[in-house]
Amino acid sequence: MENLFNLFVRSIFIDNMIFAYFLGMCSYLAVSKTVKTSVGLGIAVTFVLLVTAPVNWLVDTYLLKPGALAWLSPDLADLDLSYLSFMIFIAVIAAIVQLVEMAVEKFSPSLYNALGIFLPLIAVNCAILGVALFVQERDYHSIAEVTVYAGGSGIGWFLAIASLAAIREKITYSHIPKPLRGLGITFIITGLMAIAFMSFMGIKI
Amino acid sequence: MSENTQPQEREPMFSAKVLKLLKNPFNLENPITVQVLGICSALAVTVQLKPAIVMALSVTIVTAFSNLIISALRNTIPSRIRIIVQLVVVATLVIIVDQVLKAYVYDVSKKLSVFVGLIITNCILMGRLEAFAMGNKPWPSFVDGIGNGLGYGLILVIVAFFRELLGSGKVLGMKIIPDFFYKIGYVDNGLMILPPMALITIGIIIWIQRSRSTELQEK
Repeated sequence: MENLFNLFVRSIFIDNMIFAYFLGMCSYLAVSKTVKTSVGLGIAVTFVLLVTAPVNWLVDTYLLKPGALAWLSPDLADLDLSYLSFMIFIAVIAAIVQLVEMAVEKFSPSLYNALGIFLPLIAVNCAILGVALFVQERDYHSIAEVTVYAGGSGIGWFLAIASLAAIREKITYSHIPKPLRGLGITFIITGLMAIAFMSFMGIKI
Repeated sequence: MSENTQPQEREPMFSAKVLKLLKNPFNLENPITVQVLGICSALAVTVQLKPAIVMALSVTIVTAFSNLIISALRNTIPSRIRIIVQLVVVATLVIIVDQVLKAYVYDVSKKLSVFVGLIITNCILMGRLEAFAMGNKPWPSFVDGIGNGLGYGLILVIVAFFRELLGSGKVLGMKIIPDFFYKIGYVDNGLMILPPMALITIGIIIWIQRSRSTELQEK
């Protein structure tokens, strides 16, 4: 339990998807103009991460890892399909995003209206595939760990985009050198925020 | 863009139009600083120059060939499922690149870790496939892919050069700053190695580029 809590805090603050690994930067920069839309996207990303990461972990553990197919028959015990993981992961993500979109549209039209336009975009958000690949690389052992890590990463991403959007809304009133307006200053703000987030480094609970 | 799709007179291989596709991404249509594509997997690999160069080459190869393949298939792909088709083509190419890297430059491949896989979701690929390859002939698309890959690589190499030089005093793993400097009190800037400085370096590159080409400035 302590371990899980530690992992959760780590994945939000220390291993933050944006500030430590730059994952999901494209939508982070493109959709962070107003707080409202960025909150919508943040929630959508967290939600999709919570669904896709455990599924990808299951696929990896029971189908792709070296020897993972041993449960099917002992002959397959030395089969290694891990070179297929990129393709399977992205296919799983694309399929789940489609499914989630359809389910949300059917059961909660109001949520669909809030998230609608963002959901298809998420299939190509690097943060989603990034989490799946990090889970594979770091060898998490149980589905609880994976879910907690995915949830934490999603919340970290959400925090990052919401706070950047808030700063960008305020910054429209300030006097910025012309060549730096828009994209340039956004990069520099993100860099400064990342330095601030580094102060969390080394925290252990 | 759309005029390229109509049947036309046979062009020479390197007509002015094609050369422009190769040249534009370096400055006025740079994927990173102007189109804001492909930042996701770019920044984390720029601590040292060598991984950055390998990454730049890999992305160029994948962009060029996925553009070529999708452009050759563009009339047969049903538009409803085009995203999945594009992802599968890109994923196949990335798997090939990943296996080659693992076989020949294992240490670099370890350093790049998950970022080779993340080429799949690199926005440059989807961006160029959607914006260019779906509406143009294979040869211009191939050139467009190479141009954009190299434009992306250029920024990567610039950022990595400064980060490695200022952060650890080396270029491509070789000491550049003489010992004499360290003796009189020069210290490597440890901050340059940390992730945030990649963002700030790109911010400064954008600043310099936009002060030179004023038409890129935002209001």
